[in-house]
Amino acid sequence: MTVPSVAERSATDTDSPPVLAVRGLWKVFGPKAQSVVGSTLTRKELKEQTGCVAAVRDVSFDVRRGEVFVVMGLSGSGKSTLVRCLTRLIEPTAGEVLLDGEDVRKADDRRLRELRRHRMAMVFQHFGLLPHRCVLDNVAFGLEIRGVSKQQRYARAREVVGLVGLNGFENSYPDQLSGGMQQRVGLARALAADPEVLLFDEPFSALDPLIRREMQNEVIRLHHEVGKTMIFITHDLSEALKLGDRILIMRDGELVQVGTPDQVVGAPADDYVRDFVSDIPRSHVLTLRWIMRPPQPGEALDGPALGPDVVIRDAVHAVLSADRPVRVMDGESLLGVVTSAEILEVIAGGQHQ
Amino acid sequence: MTAVNVVASRVAARLPARKYLLVVVIALWVAGWALLRGRDTLQLGGAELTPLHVSLSEGMDAVDDSRNSNPFFLYFINYIRLFLDEAVTFVQALISQPSFGRPVPVLGWLGVVGVATAVAFLYGNRKVALLTAAGFLSFGVLGLWQESMDTLALTLTAVALSLAVGIPLGVWAGLSDRFHRVVTPVLDFMQTMPTFVYLAPLTLFFLIGPASATVATMIYAIPPAIRITAHGIRQVSHETLEASTSLGVTSAQALRHVRLPMAKQTIIVGVNQTIMAALSMATIAALIDAPGLGKTVLKALQTLDVGTAFNAGLAIVIMAVVLDRVTSAASRRVEAERRAGRQRTVLGRRLEVAGVLGGVAVLGYLSYTYVWAAEFPIEANLGSYVRRAADAASLWVQDSLVTYTDALKNLLTNGLLNPFETLLTDSPWWLVAAAAVAIALLVGSVRAALVTTAGLLVLVLLGLWQDSMVTLASTLVATILVMVLGVIIGVWMGRSDRADTVLRPLLDAGQTMPAFVYLVPILGLFGPTRFTAIIAAVVFAAPIAIKLVAEGIRRVSATTVEAATSAGANSWQLISKVQLPMARSAVTLAASQGLIYVLSMVVVGGLVGAGALGYDVVAGFSQHQLRGKGLAAGLAIVVLGIVLDRVMRAATERADAAAHGGLHGR
Ligand SMILES: Nc1ncnc2c1ncn2[C@@H]1O[C@H](COP(=O)(O)OP(=O)(O)OP(=O)(O)O)[C@@H](O)[C@H]1O
Ligand SMILES: [Mg+2]
Repeated sequence: MTVPSVAERSATDTDSPPVLAVRGLWKVFGPKAQSVVGSTLTRKELKEQTGCVAAVRDVSFDVRRGEVFVVMGLSGSGKSTLVRCLTRLIEPTAGEVLLDGEDVRKADDRRLRELRRHRMAMVFQHFGLLPHRCVLDNVAFGLEIRGVSKQQRYARAREVVGLVGLNGFENSYPDQLSGGMQQRVGLARALAADPEVLLFDEPFSALDPLIRREMQNEVIRLHHEVGKTMIFITHDLSEALKLGDRILIMRDGELVQVGTPDQVVGAPADDYVRDFVSDIPRSHVLTLRWIMRPPQPGEALDGPALGPDVVIRDAVHAVLSADRPVRVMDGESLLGVVTSAEILEVIAGGQHQ
Repeated sequence: MTAVNVVASRVAARLPARKYLLVVVIALWVAGWALLRGRDTLQLGGAELTPLHVSLSEGMDAVDDSRNSNPFFLYFINYIRLFLDEAVTFVQALISQPSFGRPVPVLGWLGVVGVATAVAFLYGNRKVALLTAAGFLSFGVLGLWQESMDTLALTLTAVALSLAVGIPLGVWAGLSDRFHRVVTPVLDFMQTMPTFVYLAPLTLFFLIGPASATVATMIYAIPPAIRITAHGIRQVSHETLEASTSLGVTSAQALRHVRLPMAKQTIIVGVNQTIMAALSMATIAALIDAPGLGKTVLKALQTLDVGTAFNAGLAIVIMAVVLDRVTSAASRRVEAERRAGRQRTVLGRRLEVAGVLGGVAVLGYLSYTYVWAAEFPIEANLGSYVRRAADAASLWVQDSLVTYTDALKNLLTNGLLNPFETLLTDSPWWLVAAAAVAIALLVGSVRAALVTTAGLLVLVLLGLWQDSMVTLASTLVATILVMVLGVIIGVWMGRSDRADTVLRPLLDAGQTMPAFVYLVPILGLFGPTRFTAIIAAVVFAAPIAIKLVAEGIRRVSATTVEAATSAGANSWQLISKVQLPMARSAVTLAASQGLIYVLSMVVVGGLVGAGALGYDVVAGFSQHQLRGKGLAAGLAIVVLGIVLDRVMRAATERADAAAHGGLHGR
């Protein structure tokens, strides 16, 4: 199965305003949560002094329309809390969540329900399906509660059930399906309302590795087909690199770094992130832009040309088999050159830098 | 942290000292008894009254007199009474009593059997439908058709009302933490209060008859409905709810589409429990003149007519089994239907329902129109044979087992009961009280000692000290026996799967059987004595104690047992050094539950010769001038229950704290 690489998939619109903008978001669990906002104590000190847990502290980021935005971090770093704050499944303590410029935190109950019914939908780690309803009724549930007629909602539900590849299972019940299939139902349920933003909270971590890979490819395929903005929580770095257009890394509730996969791997913000990415083969993530160097005087500049966003792994063959330095070209202009020396350095030393 | 350490080490250090102190207290008590025997024992004869009893009686008379003048009665209580009376009478008119100017009820036996079987078939399955038909027919065969229908009418009315109140409250308690916190202690109290105790006060408000019986039954049957419904609502998966919220459901939609359907099966289990509780209480309510099988049993018990009591008891058991099986099948059906998906078409189900209802309509019409279908044929009445057989069997058993039963009776009476009772009743009351408070302090806590002091003073003030001590002696002996059985059989069940499979259904049956029924065979065996009451209480309370102990033993981690075995422990060491100590909290829970069950049988004991508080309560039902004393005796039972429960709890907590300290080597 070939999967489009990151570079090929960046269909996101960088110039238009973000779909979702989060500003100074805090979530503190515990008594007198409000007074903890703004504190600079560490989590442990906070816990000891106030009894509060700052699950999310002062997090700000933008999500662009159509991108897959991955949030990752170790267990307990506040990812689930963060993503639940976006639709106020958990009420944030402070900050702003702007969905197309509208502050979600200011919405009243009715407006919030509207937002949840039409604009954002979520996929859960343990699926959260209704065991007493068949697949079709599970998928149609979101439409049912907003009063769509039976005929219409079943038509739409059939459509999305087909989209996630569950044709023929419409009348099965959740406990008759495998984990992977149940999560497809969860996916279909989220898609049924045709929301602008899809939220995923570690949707595949309850699945075994093979099914997980299959489901990841499914998400990529769906992203291609329906082009939704996706916010995807995971603690699995390879999943993050595989799916993410951009990755946000959290530690103890704080934002540590936001960037594209190659930025995170190539220029980790601190030792925490460096440690995190140390096991990843850099050649699989970094592009030629990260290893090219200016041509030296006297070097032959008539070798083969490649783009700067080609992943190193895909350029290995071309570079090693060329007898002259490979030129990295952005259109007509020469950015730099790459030789087998640079390639070998990344591959040989890549894992331990 | 350090404070805990200090306290724990202090407890650990003082533990042996406490043991010696306990021995000293008991030794002093016995010495005091020997010296002061018979002094200040606060004796009171069966028909003697204290001024308090007289004024209680007068107070009750005053309430009686104000029934038609006091606005509280006129605008509130009397309406409820009227409504309940009417409701029960209406159901009786349908199935048990001559009504609407006819010599027979609306539905005769054929119609009732048809309806019951149809309900069992439509909500349960074919098997329980057959069981239902056979069970209902057997009521007629035992010659108890009308009595059975009266009991059924009372039970069904009480169940319908209990569910109408209990399920909404249960849903509320499931949704609101605050309401849950408020309602839980109330339910605890309703369930631990011995049932007989509130019968008399109820009749004060609702008069003797169906209304009081319904209220009493509801008090007993609502708690499981509320509790289990709340549990069902609460256990709905958090993530499923969150997922629904993320789709934008309103709270009403979440209740209707998510919580209720997912809790449905549990709620039906609650319905089952409610029905069983209601049936059990509906028979006991015979004490306040509730119509039905309970009355037959009660009369027979009072005249020591074992055959008749057995016959009616059998009908009660059959009714309990039928109701239990049908509701259990209904709850399983919910699950099965979900799993089977929509294999059967809606049309097929509709046809089936229509067919069944059609059949029922025909049977109902027949039983409405023809006498043979309305009145159960006398030729089929085999009740007298059953009675005679039971009488004969009881006589035979009494004759042939008399050596063993007498030996057992004498052993326990002389070896355990009499010494206890003598010590409690012959010592001066202040000596007993002082010893009890000291013991509460030593095994429990300061608070338990305070509760004990207050409780014992109330007993003295109520003028029922002696009777309370007699009852206390029986209660303690019965509880000891329950715990002996509980530990031995519980450990056996906990360790052996085979024992578990064999015994569990027996215990379940024991728990679903209405309390009255126990008395019959035991009465047959041991005759009307204190001892009979004790054995009845033990039989009633042992199943729960056994189950709890077995549960505790099973929960001991397999790894720990394996480790001990690999260290070379033999079975006895394994039980005494590993399994029982680790199941200690289950054992203490079993003891406190067993105690509460025993206490709730105390009044029943009064019916079969146990005397003391139970007798006072029962006499209060039947003799007008003893009403006040009966009420006081009811209060005394509650006070005893509270004191024993508190001391037990405090002792448990202390033991837990000590074990905790010991575990970490402090
Ligand atoms: N309801 C709550 N009350 C108190 N503390 C909470 C609550 N929910 C989460 N926390 C705390 O907030 C912190 C962040 O939890 P969160 O579930 O967001 O982490 P996570 O990154 O999703 O972890 P995981 O990978 O294990 O799912 C944790 O320390 C957790 O203990
Ligand atoms: Mg999480």
